[in-house]
Amino acid sequence: MDASQALADLTEISSQIEAAVLFDDGGAILGSTLDDTAAAEELVGAATALLAGAGEFRSGEAAVTQLEASTQDGSVFVVRDEGRSVVATTAPDPTVGLVFYDLKSCLHGAAEPEKPKRRRRAAPKAEEPAE
Amino acid sequence: MRRKVLAAAGFATGMFAGTFLYRRSSGRRRDRVDVYFADGSMVSFVDGSPEAERLLPVARRALAATRP
Repeated sequence: MDASQALADLTEISSQIEAAVLFDDGGAILGSTLDDTAAAEELVGAATALLAGAGEFRSGEAAVTQLEASTQDGSVFVVRDEGRSVVATTAPDPTVGLVFYDLKSCLHGAAEPEKPKRRRRAAPKAEEPAE
Repeated sequence: MRRKVLAAAGFATGMFAGTFLYRRSSGRRRDRVDVYFADGSMVSFVDGSPEAERLLPVARRALAATRP
């Protein structure tokens, strides 16, 4: 499944998500639900800053895998997994567990390789009548 | 008799005021950042903490950028 299909599935499943962007560890956008590229880039910049900032508050080795920044205007969610991340915004008071679950599903869906198409087996040839 | 009525009225008023104040304080959400780590641990930074003061403005800007 490609990134845009994974995001399309995400917005179809989760009515709480207003906007979502998939990006890699280098900050390159892999897919976005936003038409405005500048807004998508700003969202990715914020997600990167949130992940980096949150990681600084921990002295151990464990990396940040997900976070939620909750404000009275809404929430920002970031989930990271195997070199890819997804950032999403929601209205205030979202169902946190459900949003995280949907974002992880989106990340896994985007990482899945395309399934090969089934080949049709050739129809058996009709036997020639014996003479 | 009148004293009993006054006591009952005072008790009811106190109950009502207490319930109202409790519901108002518990209903108010505080801005916060919940961070989950790979080892399964989680930290919550509430508004007013130095960590939240750094992270929440970033989130607010992100929300503003994605909305018309």
